[in-house]
Amino acid sequence: MGEKFFGKPIKRKEDPRFITGAGNYVDDITLQRQSYVAMVRSPHAHATIKSINVDKAKAHPGVIDVILGQEMLDAGIGSIPVGWLLDGLKTPPHYAITVDKARHQGEIVAAVIAEDSYTAEDAADLVEVVYDVHSAVANPAKALEGGAPQVHSDAPGNVTFNWQIGDKAATDAAFASAAKTVKLDLRNNRLIPNAIEPRASLADYNRGTQEYTLYTTSQNPHVHRLIIAAFVMGIPENKLRVISPDVGGGFGSKIFQYPEEIIVLYASKKHKRPVKWNAKRSESFLTDSHGRDHVTTAELAVDANANITGLRVKTAANMGAYLTLFAPAVPTYLYGTLLAGTYRTPNIHCEVTGVFTHTTPVDAYRGAGRPEATYLLERIVSYMAQELKMDPAEFRKKNFIGPDQFPYQTPVALAYDSGNYVPALEKALAMANYTKLRADQAEGRKNGRYIGIGFSTYLEACGLAPSAVVGSLGAQAGQWESSLVRVAPTGKVEVFTGSHSHGQGHETAFAQIVADRLGVTMEDVEIVHGDTAKMPYGWGTYGSRSGPVGTSAIVKAVEKVVNKGQKIAAHLLEAREEDLEFLEGKYQVKGSPDKAVSFGDIALQAHLAHNYPADLEPGLEASAFYDPANFVYPFGTHIAVVEVFPDTGKVEILRYIAVDDCGPQINPLIVQGQVHGGIAQGAAQALFENALYDDNAQLLSSSFMEYALPRADSLPSFEIDHTITPSPHNPLGVKGIGEAGCIASTAAVANAVNDALEPFGIRHLDMPLSPPRIWKAIQDAVPAQAAD
Amino acid sequence: MKVSIKVNGQNYTRDIEERTLLVHFLREQAGLTGTHIGCETSLCGACTVLLNGNAVKSCTVLAASADGTEVTTVEGLAKGNELHPIQEGFWEKHGLQCGFCTPGFLMATVQLLERNPNPTEDEIRHGLEGNYCRCTGYHNIVKAVQFAAAKMRGEAIAAD
Amino acid sequence: MYPAKFTYHAPWSVEEAITLMNENEDSKLIAGGHSLLPTMKMRLATPAHLIDMKNLRSLLSYIHDKGDHIAIGSLTTYHQIESSSLVKQAAAILAQTVSEVGDMQVRNMGTLGGSIAHADPAGDPPAAILASNATMVIQSSGGERTVAASDFFQGFFETAVGAGEILKEIRVPKFSGGSSYQKFKHPASGYAVAGVAVCLTKNGGNIGGVSVSVTGVSDGAYRANGVEAALTGQAFSEALAASAAAHAIDGIDALEDPFADAAYRGQLAKTLAKRAIIAAWNNA
Repeated sequence: MGEKFFGKPIKRKEDPRFITGAGNYVDDITLQRQSYVAMVRSPHAHATIKSINVDKAKAHPGVIDVILGQEMLDAGIGSIPVGWLLDGLKTPPHYAITVDKARHQGEIVAAVIAEDSYTAEDAADLVEVVYDVHSAVANPAKALEGGAPQVHSDAPGNVTFNWQIGDKAATDAAFASAAKTVKLDLRNNRLIPNAIEPRASLADYNRGTQEYTLYTTSQNPHVHRLIIAAFVMGIPENKLRVISPDVGGGFGSKIFQYPEEIIVLYASKKHKRPVKWNAKRSESFLTDSHGRDHVTTAELAVDANANITGLRVKTAANMGAYLTLFAPAVPTYLYGTLLAGTYRTPNIHCEVTGVFTHTTPVDAYRGAGRPEATYLLERIVSYMAQELKMDPAEFRKKNFIGPDQFPYQTPVALAYDSGNYVPALEKALAMANYTKLRADQAEGRKNGRYIGIGFSTYLEACGLAPSAVVGSLGAQAGQWESSLVRVAPTGKVEVFTGSHSHGQGHETAFAQIVADRLGVTMEDVEIVHGDTAKMPYGWGTYGSRSGPVGTSAIVKAVEKVVNKGQKIAAHLLEAREEDLEFLEGKYQVKGSPDKAVSFGDIALQAHLAHNYPADLEPGLEASAFYDPANFVYPFGTHIAVVEVFPDTGKVEILRYIAVDDCGPQINPLIVQGQVHGGIAQGAAQALFENALYDDNAQLLSSSFMEYALPRADSLPSFEIDHTITPSPHNPLGVKGIGEAGCIASTAAVANAVNDALEPFGIRHLDMPLSPPRIWKAIQDAVPAQAAD
Repeated sequence: MKVSIKVNGQNYTRDIEERTLLVHFLREQAGLTGTHIGCETSLCGACTVLLNGNAVKSCTVLAASADGTEVTTVEGLAKGNELHPIQEGFWEKHGLQCGFCTPGFLMATVQLLERNPNPTEDEIRHGLEGNYCRCTGYHNIVKAVQFAAAKMRGEAIAAD
Repeated sequence: MYPAKFTYHAPWSVEEAITLMNENEDSKLIAGGHSLLPTMKMRLATPAHLIDMKNLRSLLSYIHDKGDHIAIGSLTTYHQIESSSLVKQAAAILAQTVSEVGDMQVRNMGTLGGSIAHADPAGDPPAAILASNATMVIQSSGGERTVAASDFFQGFFETAVGAGEILKEIRVPKFSGGSSYQKFKHPASGYAVAGVAVCLTKNGGNIGGVSVSVTGVSDGAYRANGVEAALTGQAFSEALAASAAAHAIDGIDALEDPFADAAYRGQLAKTLAKRAIIAAWNNA
């Protein structure tokens, strides 16, 4: 295999359509006789529906129908299921249109179908709903208190699950014998994903074939098909085709099966015409599954030599009003298992209570559980270093798992197969010019400048696997990936992948791998994804799995094609198969390069089958299913340098340095892009983003007017580099990089801000580190300055 | 009401409801779906087009108000098969990932560079504050704009 | 995202617009649309009649040198103002302030008249209008009247522009002293959590005349008389700026919202006032 393309920063193949306005997103698709749906949503977080009057809405010109929950229930449309079960998990039903109560603001109570979107919206305003409004609760800790409003009658105390991992007795003992312990109360603030493309769904029922086609903004079309057909609609899986064309960002929020998707399918069959729904941004805020939202107490113990000896964690995880697809896995197996991080921590115990509240459901959002774990761990490690008066980099280095300790079994289930943490740290320190940075910080403090330096020496576990293991932990799904490689008679190659690209650049990165291995050009390879009628069954893209899992399936399928080609080549060259080698697109007799046949000729012969081995099937295509042997474990060091302005409390990120290790990089341009975007999203959690509910569980940050996404002028350019430690268990040695930036950066920025505040005697401030919060903390810490 | 808008040099006369937003006119009446809708509060900038040469958010203009104007959308940026230097810059510097915000960024950048052909990084970041991108962290968007600016000034482009 | 139905009018004269307003009770004027349309898309505003000023642009979009003042048509866009060399030179506070509004696209469409007639308590332009002692020309069927800035802003989204009246022109006195607008942007909306505009003249080492206005902090923009009194005629120093700025919210109940409480907003007003005084002094 020549590596002409692998590892090269090749410009993306998909970009020409995006930069010319020729992308094809769901809302760009218009079908004949298309109708539109507008949702009537509960303005209340907790209310019994006393009555609904649809007469005026139905009488409105241009209105086709108004659909209520009972009608869909009567038609046999089921509840949207949970895809990850834990012991004792409470899973109250979650209907597309609620039939009894609204349990979060924005829950659908009726759907209005009309000839156009403006009319649908007009008629939605005419639906009269009488509510009996109840008190509501948004905060998970408050929801656990006695007397708190109950979300579901069959989940007493609002508890959906209690879960723990690690050895409690051993951990308690470690704390009892510790030289020093620290304790932090942390709130991991709730985030709203806000992919720039709002969700959209368009359903088209064909009464001739009785087949549904659903165009929808999904990160995993086959998962949508399986869940919706088999569990919600009760229709044969092969009668539902799900197409996710160009998708404008997901970040987890487009994994799940949403009520609107069910409604458009149902309405499309009922009215025998296409039905489209397109989220208004205000609907995205209220209904896209949110992320994070933990209330946590964390404790760390060290011995007299500053070795970490124990970590104890207790978390109340806000699940929102309903459990969506992966929700139970996020604050458990994707969270508790990551608490060892990069450190030798012999004793860890983590207890999590999943809590129902009257809020939008919470599920996987970029990083999913791992950012929460990393924020906690990296924050408390820095806090301990400060307590020990040790440099935070030194304290980390001292506690790193050594390069000779792999494979390393953590006390929280994961077994790290590889890692080498010091070189990444050293590289980042050198890039930062750390010694000088600390000197500048000290000098600045003398002159009233408050600079902070924050570390995050993170590790993450992605490329979720193996299937049997995740199954034993409660997943109702496999976590392998598929690929079908089909070679046309002209030698052009189509690669069908179960992965789904919604910004990750698969059409380029995957083509690089295939072009190298078949000795063809990038243009010869077409990556096909996002259509259940085309691809083999696949689990989609989330959890940074397309790099380590998706490409591995492709490599396997390509290998099969190459091997079959070799049989044909042996026949044509009248040579023994084992005497041939495949080099740069040619099968040739080893040592006799003039005795060769090109891959293109093989492709043609495979289809003509004229001069062909007798015992070989014609055609040239192969499929493969790859089930990974382990997670992959990317890691790295991020350093944030910030300045805090005490008179306003404002924070400016002065520099951001990141050294990440995702193994060999298929396309460095794409890897860097993923890192940049991840850093921005994680830093934004630390500084800007916060889903804020009031005491009635009304979302106060319900539009871009209140919820701050980072803008171009909120961030600096990033300084990034990498180390390369391959994964030992997949064919390319690659590790996921989609979430790493986001997992690492929140803690780095939070640590930097807290470091900057040290001169004020402030030991810890929680996120979001907003100007008012910082200003207030400074006032409280230095009362004398308050009058200034 | 009848509205005529010249989009990318072609005249579109349509009978529309008075309340139709320009972005809906472009997408649904003119069939030009490159202009995207990302929010409803005039903040995300995905719907940015040039209206009589000025970058505007087409979700915050009534089609009726744009009657008789000339609009350029992302579809009108390239000259035939020849990409505009700004398009080239975004491609070359990986200034996009999911591509949804990209048309708005491209059109805003047209105006930015028209008014300031040699912007500093700060000026680029400030100039594009009316556009949200959730994928790139803006790092490569800045590089893309710098690339385009250099090319439009006729300078040789340095390799990284 | 979908405004409710309305009847659309596009008059060709100010008089016609006024007649339309008088004939149609539930009507709204729309200029650049950047204050009104977002609320219509959320259906927070559902006027029965929309009177589009687009055909009056040739009439009301101008920046004229009138000797002692600059006359600015109410439909002049922020961009026209921020890029006008006349405004930059003779009414720098206005040029700087409007350059802080929204973003490039918003400044291309948004109009000065639309903004100040809307009187958003977190808007930037009212600060400059107050600090520069501008005068507003308002027309009704009965003729024209002028209103001083100090009488124009009347609280929460309230101005001196009454029913059946149209804001036609903004007259900004020429000013050659120092000025500065300092703003703390809401991290999401970009509106002013607080904004302070200062115009001052130097008299040797002393401050001569001074005007200070504050936006974002109260239900409407206001002149900070306490700050002005503490500065007028005094020898400039940074300490003076700080002590004078401490009067920025005298007699004001600062607004509260989920981002900033009253104490923080008040602090911002003082901090920004101090910065604006120093900056204005330095460029006087």
